[in-house]
Amino acid sequence: MSIDAAEVAKIAHLARLAVTEADGETHARNLSSILAFVERLSEVDTSGVEPLAHPLEMTQRLRRDVVSEVDQRERFQALAPATADGHYLVPRVIE
Amino acid sequence: MEWEAVIGLELHAQLATQTKIFSGASTAYGADANTQACAVDLGMPGVLPVLNARAVDFAIRLGLALDAEVAGRSVFARKNYFYPDLPKGYQISQYEIPVVGTGHLDIDLEDGSSKRIGVTRAHLEEDAGKSMHEGFGAMSGIDLNRAGTPLLEIVSEPDLRSAKEAVAYMKKMHSLVRYLGICDGNMQEGSFRCDANVSVRPVGREAFGTRTEIKNLNSFRFVERAINYEIERQIEVLEDGGSITQETRLYDPDRGETRPMRGKEEANDYRYFPDPDLLPLEITAEMIESVRSELPELPDAKRERFVSDYGLSNYDAGVLTSSRELADYFEQVALACADAKLAANWVMGELAGALNKTGTELADSPIDADRLAGLLKRILDETISGKIAKEVFEAMWQGEGDADTVIEAKGLKQVTDASAIEAMVDEVIAANPQQLEQYRAGKTKLMGFFVGQVMKASAGKANPAQVNEILKRRLDG
Amino acid sequence: MYDRTIAELSSALSRRECSSVELTQATLAAIEQASGLNAFITITAEQALAEAEAADARRADGEAGPLTGVPIAHKDIFCTEGVRTSCGSRMLDTFVPPYDAFVVEQLRAAGAVMVGKTNMDEFAMGSSNETSWYGPARNPWDPTTVPGGSSGGSAAAVAARLVPAATGTDTGGSIRQPAALTGISGLKPTYGRISRYGMIAFASSLDQAGPMATTAEDLALMLGAMAGFDERDSTCVDQSVPNYHGLLAEHGLKGLRIGLPREYFNTEGVDPEVASAIETAVAAMEAAGAQLKEISLPNTELAVPVYYVIAPAEASSNLSRFDGVRYGHRCSDPVDLEDLYKRSRGEGFGEEVKRRIMVGTYALSAGYYDAYYLKAQQVRRMIRDDFARAFDEVDVIAGPTAPTTAFGLGAKADDPVQMYLSDIFTIAVNLAGLPALSIPAGFGGGKPIGLQLIGNYFDEARLLGAAHGYQQITDWHMQRPSLEG
Repeated sequence: MSIDAAEVAKIAHLARLAVTEADGETHARNLSSILAFVERLSEVDTSGVEPLAHPLEMTQRLRRDVVSEVDQRERFQALAPATADGHYLVPRVIE
Repeated sequence: MEWEAVIGLELHAQLATQTKIFSGASTAYGADANTQACAVDLGMPGVLPVLNARAVDFAIRLGLALDAEVAGRSVFARKNYFYPDLPKGYQISQYEIPVVGTGHLDIDLEDGSSKRIGVTRAHLEEDAGKSMHEGFGAMSGIDLNRAGTPLLEIVSEPDLRSAKEAVAYMKKMHSLVRYLGICDGNMQEGSFRCDANVSVRPVGREAFGTRTEIKNLNSFRFVERAINYEIERQIEVLEDGGSITQETRLYDPDRGETRPMRGKEEANDYRYFPDPDLLPLEITAEMIESVRSELPELPDAKRERFVSDYGLSNYDAGVLTSSRELADYFEQVALACADAKLAANWVMGELAGALNKTGTELADSPIDADRLAGLLKRILDETISGKIAKEVFEAMWQGEGDADTVIEAKGLKQVTDASAIEAMVDEVIAANPQQLEQYRAGKTKLMGFFVGQVMKASAGKANPAQVNEILKRRLDG
Repeated sequence: MYDRTIAELSSALSRRECSSVELTQATLAAIEQASGLNAFITITAEQALAEAEAADARRADGEAGPLTGVPIAHKDIFCTEGVRTSCGSRMLDTFVPPYDAFVVEQLRAAGAVMVGKTNMDEFAMGSSNETSWYGPARNPWDPTTVPGGSSGGSAAAVAARLVPAATGTDTGGSIRQPAALTGISGLKPTYGRISRYGMIAFASSLDQAGPMATTAEDLALMLGAMAGFDERDSTCVDQSVPNYHGLLAEHGLKGLRIGLPREYFNTEGVDPEVASAIETAVAAMEAAGAQLKEISLPNTELAVPVYYVIAPAEASSNLSRFDGVRYGHRCSDPVDLEDLYKRSRGEGFGEEVKRRIMVGTYALSAGYYDAYYLKAQQVRRMIRDDFARAFDEVDVIAGPTAPTTAFGLGAKADDPVQMYLSDIFTIAVNLAGLPALSIPAGFGGGKPIGLQLIGNYFDEARLLGAAHGYQQITDWHMQRPSLEG
């Protein structure tokens, strides 16, 4: 499986990563070699094997529906690059 | 060419829990921006989701009400995409294995028949925050209070064939979730929202046409208008030889039209995969039975019972069970006054009219069920006539007290004293010799005139049956 | 005086040979002197001294536990309230969490004094500490070599005896491999044994916090404080915490059934010096009464490819929250939303992190999910089942922790796949969720070699007992590097 620069651009866009053209070439090479390396999985016979998502096959624990959180807006927004009037700011969103 | 619309709805019901689906932050509506967004809701580094038990309980309720299979094991998945109102860069939802499987809901059509609409699935997921586009200059402001609010997304089969059917289905589901107590149904606040998938095809063709999805319809009226607009638009495009683009569209209520959505729309690849921070949700038979045992009576069952127990027509029973509050109100009146038909007439007539005219919610009605029953009892025991009762109702609506207080204060008690009525009758006959002569000459239709005169003389309070009887005796005598 | 084990320091403190404040001052001075190792990203001198004072007061009140007043360091992946938590990334260079990680709360409650936050590979992605935004930590045995990774700063700090113990995290070997390369002891507990709350996620189904120290005894003391149930982590197991320290003597080497997977011993790519040291170590354990048994873990060689699908897939999603909106690095003057995302993330993440995000994004994307992600989850089960069969016959599994000793800085930086292969013996353990530890077992060319012992689920007490038993009959763990000014 080989990845070209165009495919890198597509993946980088999905992952919202700025990648320069020069970096794109390096990424294409590295990604290709990583994918070639994991490609050997395709030779393994896994018919009838259930996928394993968690090492311990436990089930979800449930939380009681009781409010436990208090307003910490000031502390949280002190970490934010841009806020106004209690809102987080981003460049205008077009819908 | 004759066209047929094919419509499927995705309804989003915000669950009426105290806290978020994966955090202990409050879900109360209307708080200051970001004051109800905790570390988990904000997607802070290192914090983790834990599932709200009540959200699961509510999903089971819906599953049972839709006669659907409640999955013994369902899985939370991440739907990955970037958007400012989605703090983690993924929405926790359910993908391959939803908590509620195939079920159905019956709706009433205009011709009186009913139609079964398939429900494909319902799954638990978290709501996103809100982006504000005004008031922040060249920026948008993000409020994440809503982020993490539990939602049930209820997906229908493409079984709906018109905007009217779609609205009937949506209304029925709206009523159902409120019956179940799992959603407050407040559409202005966005608690119950609809995305509609619409396509058209020539009548008789089996294959579906290309569909468009209309997003975020938050009123029944908009759903109807948007779907009708979209059906017309698609037919026009196809008849002009064009083709439909599969896309997401937004309904613009001001212009009454739909338009393609910009920004969010691109070839999305959501990269769903099981959320490794959450384990499979196990729902045991005991959990299901415990929910079932506490399930309220559902609208269809209640309607049948109203028909059989109270002798109501199917239509009246349908109207009265359209919401749990209305059904409860009616039933309380009916039991208290012991005349279900009279109760049904008054609840659907005077009461509904007054609520409608003043734009009042039933819960805020100035006349509660006990007071209405009190009024109806006075009709039944002949203290007042039905006509006077309307006057009393009006005064009660204005806050002048209960029925007995109003009747007493206004002196509206029916006159049943025979001698008093006889005196009034004699007076009326004496005052109208000409009519008396004509009556006795055979113009018996004048009876109505005499009754009217006596009722007028009594200010409407004379018992109409007695008036009739005495008049007849005197005139004929 | 500061370079002793927790057990020794604890008894010195209780005998009033020194105070925690004195110990902390000495520790801070040693860290300052060894700044060339670049083991720390942040040093919290002021806070440490305040905590030390409180610990002394607590001891005076007779309420001290074994960790009270003992200086430790936290890997900079654990959120610390009021103290910058960078995760080794420019993305979080200014991030000061308003909350503590569970592990931090636990160790604070036990009275341990945090002296600083240690260096690490960016977002724990690396096996050499070279991907840190703050530059690589160095191996105290040879500063031209790497300390391993991703918990390289913690390993270097403990190996140099700057602190008796530090916390680490292990997603594919990030505690055990650096422990091996720096000649210390490191334990990755069973998945779910310690809450992940407040630990910045790399790959959620593999990440596990654990202790790093010089001896198995100290690992037991640390684990006892770190383990525990926490309802804020759905994947954390509600199971009582044994008295690991008290159980050390109960689980010795005598009668211990040790499995030797043939796939771990007859493999190309393992240094002959490493292989021979491990054989010697195993023989010593046999001589002390352990029974050796050859076993097979047939899917061993598939572990690395499985890992390099699953870990990047989970990471690609876990790292989406770093978008420059609510915290973290934000590019200057974004022209629109897409620009904000792409440049903030492009600038905030280093090359290896971007590489793994892209691999993961690709593996999850439409058309490839089944071939990569689903397939990897299936093989993951096969790997876990291999271990389950093995533990029917043996109590622990032994082998090398890493195929080589510490390699030179930059030696593998250009070849990601070669770098990934340095985790070949550690990765399968994370896929299966088992506990495992690495302890010093010799030297090759003057550089430490680590012995890995893998245990069954929640069998940490037995693992620690075996390691402690080995450390009773050997002194590799007592060797220390000579630090040049």
